[in-house]
Formats: sequence, structure tokens, C-alpha cells
Amino acid sequence: MAPRDSAGNLEMNHTAPNSQPGAKISARNVSKIYDTADGSIVALDDFSLDVQEGEFVCIVGPSGCGKSTFLRMLAGLEDISFGSIDIRPGEDPAKPLNSVVFQEYAIFPWKTVIENVAFGLQMRGVNEATRHEIARMWLDRVGLGKFAGYYPQQISGGMKQRVSIIRALANDPEVLLMDEPLGALDAQTRVVLQDELMRIWEETRKTVVYITHSLDEAVFLGDRVILMSAQPGRKLATFNIDLPRPRTIDTMNTPRFAEYRAEIWAMLSREVTRAMEQQQ
Amino acid sequence: MKTLTATPPAAAPSVTRNNEADRKAIGLYLAMAIALNLGLYAAGIWRPLAGFAIAASFILLVLICERAGRMVPARSRKGYERLLAFGFPALVLALWQVAGDIGLINPTWFPQPSRILGGLWDMIVRYDKFSGTSLIGRPWLIPEYFGKDGWHGVWALLSESHVLATLSRVLCGFLLGAIPGILLGVVMGVNQTVRLMLDTTLSAIYVLPKIAIFPIVMLMFADPFGEGPKILVVALAVFILMTINTMAGVRGIDRVYLMAGRNYGANGWQMMRHVIIPGAMPVIFAGLRIALGTAMIVVISVEFVRAKQGVGYITFYYWEVLNPEKMYAGLLVVMMLGIFLTYLLQWLQRRAMPWTR
Repeated sequence: MAPRDSAGNLEMNHTAPNSQPGAKISARNVSKIYDTADGSIVALDDFSLDVQEGEFVCIVGPSGCGKSTFLRMLAGLEDISFGSIDIRPGEDPAKPLNSVVFQEYAIFPWKTVIENVAFGLQMRGVNEATRHEIARMWLDRVGLGKFAGYYPQQISGGMKQRVSIIRALANDPEVLLMDEPLGALDAQTRVVLQDELMRIWEETRKTVVYITHSLDEAVFLGDRVILMSAQPGRKLATFNIDLPRPRTIDTMNTPRFAEYRAEIWAMLSREVTRAMEQQQ
Repeated sequence: MKTLTATPPAAAPSVTRNNEADRKAIGLYLAMAIALNLGLYAAGIWRPLAGFAIAASFILLVLICERAGRMVPARSRKGYERLLAFGFPALVLALWQVAGDIGLINPTWFPQPSRILGGLWDMIVRYDKFSGTSLIGRPWLIPEYFGKDGWHGVWALLSESHVLATLSRVLCGFLLGAIPGILLGVVMGVNQTVRLMLDTTLSAIYVLPKIAIFPIVMLMFADPFGEGPKILVVALAVFILMTINTMAGVRGIDRVYLMAGRNYGANGWQMMRHVIIPGAMPVIFAGLRIALGTAMIVVISVEFVRAKQGVGYITFYYWEVLNPEKMYAGLLVVMMLGIFLTYLLQWLQRRAMPWTR
């Protein structure tokens, strides 16, 4: 484990000496320990991950395995207890390093759809005409153009999550961090949005770290699937998903897809059982 | 639409049959109500059993209205609800009027609505030469006074008004208390240290009846009879309420919005303007609504105790000279003031929070 003094420091602008050259994100021996009145809880234990530029990495694991915590640490929203996380900045220093698509509908209810999409740009001081032009382009791209002036409570859950996703994309970050973005949606809407997400990703080829509960989703979307253990969260296995792109809904019906799914499930189911036993 | 046309025709007669049953039930309940009251009256025991008779009649009326409500088609539902909401109070007022007229209740202590309205009218048109006051400041004299003295004349007229005296105390105190209260509440919501240091004290003051600090407030001023202490005591009451409410509002903001604000690069001020203030707004407005009620209580009580002008003062004054009509009229004015201020606040809320519309 790394020495104590590195606790809580997010040295985003430095490349760690032992990281692979060219890695967009490199997380080295990251641990998260919560101090509570009843003692300390290890949420994440010695977790390392390198993500290449333009790679789509999915992280799956049972509930409470610390995968969301890891994502928040990547985003700089949570202190790191031990280890280091680096995100390599791009050529344009004005570009944000990361943008998060949150688990719940984290778009602001008090802002209209277009204001929500333009939020990141507004915070960076982009003038109104430009940021609304960019936001409108993204809204049109996901078919929400005519809802620009609506407030979130006036649109459906699926639409809200589309807004949440394009809010991150309009911000044009170096890496996109997605924390179970489709988890709250019904099964049908979810499939439609997975497809849409894949389409947009093929066009933009952003570096993505994607947390999910759903194996289907992970295999369908990811170049790589990282499987995590039940608490304390550790890396159990990495699966390279060698399915041809562009992937569409039909990809889910291929035998290769089913094989990957079965292979990962065999390992994941053991962890899920273990996690359930822990909670009792 | 399609499903409607697809409904089997058998549904139609069943609807009519239901109506028939409801009509019969309404007739029965109505007959029961009339028979009960007439029977008791004829037996000469209506008066001693008045409480029972009224309660039973009320229950029968509720049953009648529920049956009638089932017969109302969906498109007239709103109108029916409005009829209940305003019709029943109107009915009570009418019964009060009749009961007073036929001597069932003593009009000296419970003057009928017509006499209360008469008292109100008298208060509006009368100018009290001794105290130099009138209820609403005789606005019909504005042109005449303006011609004589210009704006000074108009000011002299308005400053004789009881309603405006109360209104200005409430509004001044409200603004003076709400703005710093909201500011401190935000600070306490955001900063744990400030919250821990002040929360105990505020919670302790919160349970204190606000009017109880009036003597202390009077001590602070050179002129204890002036406007200063009255406005300040209102302001203090509103301040405490708004601090506690705003703090709760800020603390109640979903963590995910704060994380989103931070992740998308909001700095301290942007966080305040785009996330924290709008996020706490619903609770702040709920607080303002409560604070308005408290401000009315405080200002009226203060005017009971120490004022030469104001709606609270005249209400109390008419108790001293034993004029119940005008006491009720005074309450009526307080009520109307409260309704006016509530509407003002709701208008403000719609402007400030367009997303809840």
C-alpha cells in the first residue's frame, strides 16, 4: 500500500512513474477506507486500472463492491485513501478532464433542458449564444430538439437520462465517467438508450469508464469488462470483449455474446452470493 | 377515445340505474333531515338538543353531498368541488344570519354577518377626529387633498390609515427579518462549523413565543411607543424562522446535485447561484409562508398591547368600548390582509420558481 501522505491527493496533472505509456487514465493501487465510529471499513482494496485513449471500459460487480466509489474518486468527488489516480490531459488545456453521468437523474430540476445541457459550458464561461448552439446540436442529435425549453419534471425518465448523458458530452471532457446511467430505467427504455449510447460513442470515440449492474449492458458496450469482488472491492478478472463494432441490438443475439455473458456470470454469481451472505 | 366506443352498450343502463339509486338516497336523507329538525322543533326540544340536531344535520348533509358528487360528470367535477368549498361556508354564514335574526343566538355577542358588514362599512367611511385615524385612509378624498396640499396632503391621508399602518409594519419587519435570515440560513446550511456554533441557540430561541421578547425590544429603543420596536419584533420572529428553514432547505438538497455542480466546474459563487439557492428554494418559500403567519400574529399582538394605530389596535379598542360588530369587522380586515399577503407571496413564488408550474 502507498504511504499515508498520498491520502486524499488527486494529482491529476502528473503522470505516475510506473503507469503504462499512453494510458489515458491510470489508477495505481487505489484504496478507500471509511473511518466510522465502529472502526474502519475497506470499501476498495488495492485497485489498479489503466484505460487507453478511446477505450470503453465497463466495471461490474455486486452491490457495495466500491465501484461507484471508485468512479467518484476518478471524478475527484471523493478523497483517495491510498494510491494515485491520473488522468492525462489533452492538447487543449481548457477542456475538462472528466464529466460524470450520475446514477439518478442528476439534471437540475430548476433549469430547462437546454440550460442543463449547456451547464458545464456555462460554468466555464462560454457565452450564451455559443453554448446554446452546442447544446441545441446535442439535443437534435438525441431527438430532444423540441423539448429544449421544457423543465425536467415535464419530460419522461428516459428523456431525462438522455439529457444527463448529453450534458456530459456537450461539456466535451477528456474522459466520460458513467455511474449506472441507465439503472433507473425500465427494461425497454434501457435497451433503446443502450443502442443510442453505442451509436453516439461510435461517432465520438470518447474514453469511457462505465459502471453497471447489468452484464448484458457491460458486454454489449465495453471493449473490456472488469469484474470486481464483493466488499472489500478488488479486481477479480478482466475480460476482453472481442465483438465486432459497430454493435447494434442484434449483437446481443449472437452466440459469442452469450458465451461472454455466461463466462462472466459464472464468476459474478459467486460474488453476488457472497455479497448477500455478508449483508445478513 | 377508442376504448370508449368499444365499451359494450350494457354499461350505459347500469350508469342510469346508479343515478336512480343516488337520487332516491338523496331524497331519503333530505326527508330525514327535515323530519328530524321539524320533529324536535314541534316537540319543543330543538333548542336544548341544538348541538345534537346540528351534528346530525351536518352528517346527513355530508351524505347528501357524497351521493350528489357521484352523479356529477367528470367534466363538471371542478365546478362541483368549488361549489362545496365556497357553498358550505356561505351556508354557515346564512344560517348564522337567520339564527341571529330569529333570536336563536344572542346578536349582542354573536352579531349577524349583515351587522358585521355594516360595522365594517361604518369603519371604512368614518374618520375618528379624536385619534386622527380611519380604517383605509379615505382614498376617495385623495383628489381633494392633492389639490390642496399636493403629495403632502396624500401622505397625510394615507398615514391616518389603520390598514396601511399594520401592512407597513408587517412588510418592513418581514423584509428586515427574511433577507438576513435567508443569508444566515444558507451559511449555516453550507458550513458545519457555523451550524454547530449557532444551532443550539437558534433552536432555543425558536421555541420562545416571539411576542415574549417585545418588552426587551422596547428597552432597546429611546421611544418604546414608536414604530422601531414593533418592526424589530416582527423582524426577529421572521429572522429566526427563516434561518432555521433555509438551513433545512440547504441541508436537504440532494447530494447528487452538489456533486454534479462541482464536477461540471462550478466555483463557490456559481454553486450558490445555480445549485444551492434554487435547490433550497422550495423549503425557503414554505418557510416564508409560515413566517408570514407568524408575522401577522406578532404584529397584531403588539398592536393590542402598544399602539395608537393599526388593525390590532382598533380590534382591541372596540372590545374596550364593547362594540362586537366592529371587533368582528377588525378580524375580517386581518383575515383579508393575510389573504392578500399570501397571494402576494404565491405570486412571488411562481416568478421565482418557474419550474414548479
